[in-house]
Amino acid sequence: MTSVRRRLTVVVPAFGLLTFAVLLVAPTLGSTPISLRRVFDSSIAWDDNVDAQIFFVARLPRVLAGALVGSTLAAAGVVMQALLRNPLATPFTLGVSAAAALGAMAAIALHLDATFLGAAAIPAACFGGAMVGTTIVYFLATRVSGGLSTNVLLLAGVTLNTFFSALITFVQYLVDPADWYRTARWLLGNLDVSSYTPILASVPLIGIALLLFALLPRTLNLLTLGDDVASGRGVDVATAQRIAFLSASLATGAAISLAGPIGFIGIVVPHLVRLLVGSDHRIVLPAATLFGAAFLVSCDLIARTIMSPIELPVGIVTAMIGGPFFLWLLVRKA
Amino acid sequence: MNGCPLSAIGLRRCLTVAVFVAIYGLWTGHSIQAQKPRVITLIPALTEMLFAIGAGDQVIAVSSYDEDPPQVRALPKVGALIDPDVERIIALRPTLVLLYGSQTDLMTQLSRASIPYYAYRHGGLGTVSVTIRELGVRTGHSREAESLASDIDRRLAALRQRTAALKKPRTLLVFGRERGSLRNIYASGGRGFLHDMLEAAGGVNVFAAVQAESVQASTEMILAQKPDVIIELRSTEIPAENQRAAELSSWKVLGSVPAVRSNRIHLLSGRWLVVPGPRVADGAEAFARVLHR
Repeated sequence: MTSVRRRLTVVVPAFGLLTFAVLLVAPTLGSTPISLRRVFDSSIAWDDNVDAQIFFVARLPRVLAGALVGSTLAAAGVVMQALLRNPLATPFTLGVSAAAALGAMAAIALHLDATFLGAAAIPAACFGGAMVGTTIVYFLATRVSGGLSTNVLLLAGVTLNTFFSALITFVQYLVDPADWYRTARWLLGNLDVSSYTPILASVPLIGIALLLFALLPRTLNLLTLGDDVASGRGVDVATAQRIAFLSASLATGAAISLAGPIGFIGIVVPHLVRLLVGSDHRIVLPAATLFGAAFLVSCDLIARTIMSPIELPVGIVTAMIGGPFFLWLLVRKA
Repeated sequence: MNGCPLSAIGLRRCLTVAVFVAIYGLWTGHSIQAQKPRVITLIPALTEMLFAIGAGDQVIAVSSYDEDPPQVRALPKVGALIDPDVERIIALRPTLVLLYGSQTDLMTQLSRASIPYYAYRHGGLGTVSVTIRELGVRTGHSREAESLASDIDRRLAALRQRTAALKKPRTLLVFGRERGSLRNIYASGGRGFLHDMLEAAGGVNVFAAVQAESVQASTEMILAQKPDVIIELRSTEIPAENQRAAELSSWKVLGSVPAVRSNRIHLLSGRWLVVPGPRVADGAEAFARVLHR
């Protein structure tokens, strides 16, 4: 057994166990105490069973959405940092998130949820925006350099991020106060998806992205050493970069469509995991995917209980916990 | 040079000029002393109050969001809370600007231009009649303002008295929600005119303990609070019954909530319900009608 395989057999079950425990505990806790015996008591009619409704209608979809979004953003963060060879890269660096947010803003401003598609209008417009943003960045990065230049990718992505952000501000400026409030609240992110439908809609997209990520760990290790080294070791650099960029963009678009732009996961979780398990992407990628789920679900548990009966936007908690904890680990490691 | 400024010729000239000024003043309907106030209002609720007390003809410009009463639609728009058009406001030569208490930059600019302003902040129902009376004083319509404010106070007091003996249903008052789902639900907290209207109508706000005007309510919070009645407000009219039923069907998933089980979910639509203006008593009475059916 190779050393990587040996470490994988320790690290993945350890993170898996942690995530499983969090996913098991999170739906049982909240601002309202519930009895698990009543939740699963089939002799109580559904309409009479408040505990079951809190568990299955309010908490479980939220925990599942948190797990999906946390995993996806953490994994996308790992891929982006390796692709761009930049530790500050996040899933939101290359303009995909801003383009997705612009799509959602347009849907809110045009009241597409009232006139077209109903509840699916905002997620659909959001995902559409992400794909338009991805196409523009990809077109620019391949057009300028022939292949997929990471420098051009980074420059074009950051520029488009700023450009789309300005357009978001413009849309917010134009809408009336009620819609402005909706746009501002959407930009904070929200895991209270209230049903399983949006989760089921995002699963195929996130599944495809995660499958593509599974092809990448060894290649990402070589890409971090430079294109020439990777090429010399037999990696088709251009193809690997395309897969990495497109899969990370797909993952980001799907995650934002489900829960809005929840910050900090894509940068804190990959670095936390690297500090704990080293930098080999064959270990970091699965570990970050698992830990991302546990981290975001835990943050959401805090967000929905700490100021009960009101709830905090989960993005505030991810930043307030992730930031200091990350700095503490950084100093301790140094 | 003649040492006396009021010589016979000078006096005649002065009288001639004075006569011309008086004729011009009468002809144009203006006089410097009795100039009618020129009011710019950046707050839709206050615009409605001005028209309701008979000071509508003093309003020379309104905010971008003013739509009521219909006469304001023809008036110039001069921005709103975050984007007041200062140049235009000054150019219109107002004698009074009604603005939000948080528009401190605009207050500074108006002070520099020596333009009086009236700073307003949203409050509870009590603020409505107080504001109406103050606007009456500022616009010379004290009598009409007193009559309107007293009428509102009297109607609200009568409503409180009528509903005092009735059962007080625990009520969730929703004023925002994503269409077709239970995401991003905004409900009235325990502060503000909507909360006060609900209490006057004989309802108990399920989020009365939250000291804020709005609460973002998750489905868990609603399931835990178990409201007997849900009142959902929409600022746009929804006349079709099937459309109203479709709008409310999202609530069915929360079957254990008493309001859902007993089908006591009411959709009230119209801008008049969500503006803390002269129609607040109408709004509170509309709440009471659905609460005590």
